[in-house]
Amino acid sequence: MAKLISIEGIAKRYPAKGGGQTTIFEDMWLSVEKGEFVCVIGHSGCGKTTVLNILAGLDRPSEGTVIVDGQEISGPALDRAVIFQGHALLPWLSVMGNVAYAVEARHRGWTKAHIREHAQKFIDLVGLTGSEHKKPAELSGGMKQRVGIARALSIEPKMLLMDEPFSALDALTRGTLQDEVRRICLETEQTVFMITHDVDEAIYLADRIVLMSNGPGARIAETVINPLPAGRDRNSFHKHPDYYPVRTHLLDFLITRSKNFRDVPDWNSRSVPEIRFGPLPAPPRRAGA
Amino acid sequence: MNALPGLRAALVSLLLFAVFIAIWAFATQDTGQIADMDPEYAKLMGATATSGASAMPGPGDVAAKIWEHLSNPFYDNGPNDKGLGIQLAYSIARVLTGYLLALVVAVPFGFLIGMSPLMSRALDPYIQILKPISPLAWMPLALYTIKDSNLSAIFVIFICSIWPMLINTVFGVASVRREWLNVARTLEVPGWKRALTVILPAAAPTILTGMRISIGIAWLVIVAAEMLVGGTGIGYFVWNEWNNLSITNVIVAIFFIGLVGMVLDQILARLTRLVTFPE
Repeated sequence: MAKLISIEGIAKRYPAKGGGQTTIFEDMWLSVEKGEFVCVIGHSGCGKTTVLNILAGLDRPSEGTVIVDGQEISGPALDRAVIFQGHALLPWLSVMGNVAYAVEARHRGWTKAHIREHAQKFIDLVGLTGSEHKKPAELSGGMKQRVGIARALSIEPKMLLMDEPFSALDALTRGTLQDEVRRICLETEQTVFMITHDVDEAIYLADRIVLMSNGPGARIAETVINPLPAGRDRNSFHKHPDYYPVRTHLLDFLITRSKNFRDVPDWNSRSVPEIRFGPLPAPPRRAGA
Repeated sequence: MNALPGLRAALVSLLLFAVFIAIWAFATQDTGQIADMDPEYAKLMGATATSGASAMPGPGDVAAKIWEHLSNPFYDNGPNDKGLGIQLAYSIARVLTGYLLALVVAVPFGFLIGMSPLMSRALDPYIQILKPISPLAWMPLALYTIKDSNLSAIFVIFICSIWPMLINTVFGVASVRREWLNVARTLEVPGWKRALTVILPAAAPTILTGMRISIGIAWLVIVAAEMLVGGTGIGYFVWNEWNNLSITNVIVAIFFIGLVGMVLDQILARLTRLVTFPE
């Protein structure tokens, strides 16, 4: 598979109060392949949202660079769509208006009818057919986030950036939306970079899970290859023999190792440990180690 | 008890009105001859002495006067005798001219200031000093420099209505939610279009609220300004009728000033509701 995103040694530092600098994260290297679903897990304050904003082009790294599809990013672009944590719908526009706003930005010069037809396709895709004329205030939290997803997908981006998209939803709605996002991403072979703090969500959705140590001075500590098969489904994925080992491994990291993570000798941020489970030969630092 | 709340409120309003009219009529009724006096002398004293008529007009006098004005609002018998409709039209025209000029200046400037934190802070002290100045204090300066009383009145309206609109536009633009702007940025919407499609609709309710405050102030100020500059307008009419000692006309004018002010306010309230969005 081809490499779509390459994060190359980025860092984010702010001037500290008493002079000097606070480093949120540093020396971060990561690449994401086309069609891959990557989840980033870490405690708040480790700068995961900043990483996402840098990928979106809304923020700039203090050091390093990000290459998307062979080009260094210099600002926000239509090839990277963002699904915001707080849905960020424009409240004065209807559902159709919000999606059409994105379509119009993507395809300048399209006729009104063409824009609406294209937007309708994505409103149907997220299951909001019939609610086109409703304003965001008339929608439930889950429906709002569906509009956010439709808006992001409607510009047919090279990749989707999601910042804890389901964290504000109740458990049932969250589950349904996760299913939908998984279905849509598989169907469209979408590349996804998603931030979450929900371990189960990461195991259910991701192909690869990136673990960040605590900030300040956060880094990518390791990446975990999700052992669950691509054809996993919600009713049975937690019965997979590797489900609990992965879950325990991730929780262990969040509870203890993310805090105590320190530079080990010969630490190479350009190739952090890659943890595998299941039939593949497991590296020595296995789950629960 | 099961009547609509609106209907019940209207009934209470009517009742209060009736009570007010009754008290007014009672307070201004004739009390009869107040003292025995020489008929010759009584004739000289007029109705106040002969029948105890109040110097204050009663509700009947005012109603008759209102009807008289309403049946012929646009007559023009020379500089000191114009219909109430003409006087109100002069005032409304001045208010709207000054107000629209202020709108044209305040909203674009407010936009620029609101989008730049530096300019917001740099201009803040000037706005804070200029805002509390009574608009009438500008009148001598305006008369001295513009040398035209009508334009001076318009200038006074301009200067009093600009501040609420400017301050509200700056505030509305500066407090547009960051995430809405980020949505437009990630969609590569160019800056000017972002201002029109995100900032303007997001700030519109705040801007319209400023416009509503401004029209109220402008209508308050025009009466005083016209008393000063004279010639035409409802403010001049009030002062002229005071000089004529026609209290009835003064009361009629007060009533119409209130009525027009209410209509102007309601128009802006409607417009505000049109652009307000629930979140």
